[in-house]
Amino acid sequence: MLTIKVLGSGCANCKRVEQIVHKVVEEMTLQAEVIKVTEYPEIMKYNIMSTPGLVINEKIVSTGRIPTPAEVTAWLTSALETA
Amino acid sequence: MTTLNHSSLPHTNKYLFPILAIAVFAWLIAYNIIQPLADWISYTLLGLARDSRFGESLAFFLYDVPKILLLLSGMVFAISIVRTFFSPERTRAMLGGKREGIGNVFAALLGIVTPFCSCSAVPLFIGFVESGIPLGVTFSFLIAAPTINEVAVIMLFGLFGWKVAGLYIASGLVIAILAGMVIGRLKMERYVEDFVWQIKSGAGQVLDEKLTWNDRVERAWDSVKEIVGKVWLYVVIGIAVGAGIHGYVPESALVGIMGKQAWWSVPAAVLLGIPLYSNAAGIIPIVSALMEKGASLGTVLAFMMAVVGLSLPETIILRRVLKPQLIAVFIGVIAIAIIFTGYLFNIIL
Repeated sequence: MLTIKVLGSGCANCKRVEQIVHKVVEEMTLQAEVIKVTEYPEIMKYNIMSTPGLVINEKIVSTGRIPTPAEVTAWLTSALETA
Repeated sequence: MTTLNHSSLPHTNKYLFPILAIAVFAWLIAYNIIQPLADWISYTLLGLARDSRFGESLAFFLYDVPKILLLLSGMVFAISIVRTFFSPERTRAMLGGKREGIGNVFAALLGIVTPFCSCSAVPLFIGFVESGIPLGVTFSFLIAAPTINEVAVIMLFGLFGWKVAGLYIASGLVIAILAGMVIGRLKMERYVEDFVWQIKSGAGQVLDEKLTWNDRVERAWDSVKEIVGKVWLYVVIGIAVGAGIHGYVPESALVGIMGKQAWWSVPAAVLLGIPLYSNAAGIIPIVSALMEKGASLGTVLAFMMAVVGLSLPETIILRRVLKPQLIAVFIGVIAIAIIFTGYLFNIIL
């Protein structure tokens, strides 16, 4: 079971990242919980300075940009291996 | 897809640099044939007279649209490559421990090269002040980053030349440094929303990516697609209006209302520019045509800076972390600085 967090206050780019994550999770038929983190105090716990941020199992994998589905797939795969 | 994984060994596609070289060559050819091509279409193919109003407007339009779009694609690509070497986290580390003054200068300079989107202004603000960077230094960054933005600078370069683009960058830097220092001196810390001071960032690792040249090129190409995709329509409309003015408005029609003698034109231009953020790409070509008809450079630059630097959306976003008093000071200090710059250029140029 993976925990995926999308950090961002609800800007267009953050929604885009969330969509990509949902799509990839579906394609890989993963057991994953996708959580949107929208409150700044909560976001800042991850020590990031640009949104959207993407966190997989409490590890930051991307900040300040929209990752490609291929990148998300690769991150999720390696998270599954280490889990 | 092999190069996208962080853990994969950094390696570069062996065709990457030849492909880039070919792209640069094609770009140069395209850039050099648009003028003859625009003239040929207007005057030979369509048979318009060279001194006719419509012919002149059309040739102007057919030349400026591809020129600006080519400049935007090429230069956004180059700037984005440079930016892959910077990140807000690295900038914060570089600013840590800098005193006021030198810190403001560094912050403004780093504001130019650090990737920045106004949607990230809040986490960036919190990240800066919470790590102990003085408020004034943080503001120098937050003023320089959006003001000296690539689209505005590239379009100024394309339509006004490198001198005006350089003046714009220099005055943007000076305004960011001075406004930041003033805000720092005013001791406005208590007008930052209280929750900001209570946030403790996790000691968590900072994402430090190892990028290959493939990654850098890919990201730069993504930002070209994103930025050009967002602004091209404004550019086309702006140039169309500018071309109309170029062909139809009589010379020196605007000397009276936007010339040096009209003292009130600078503050009026700044007030008008503050709410106009999203159309920056469309406004520059219009402003460029207005200048041909007698508007003065100081007034025009002040207008540009108000449009780009004092953006309403960014201010609304910053309201989340700043109390209204500090928002007012932020807008006020920058507006005054821009007005001074406008007068200064009107006097010395």
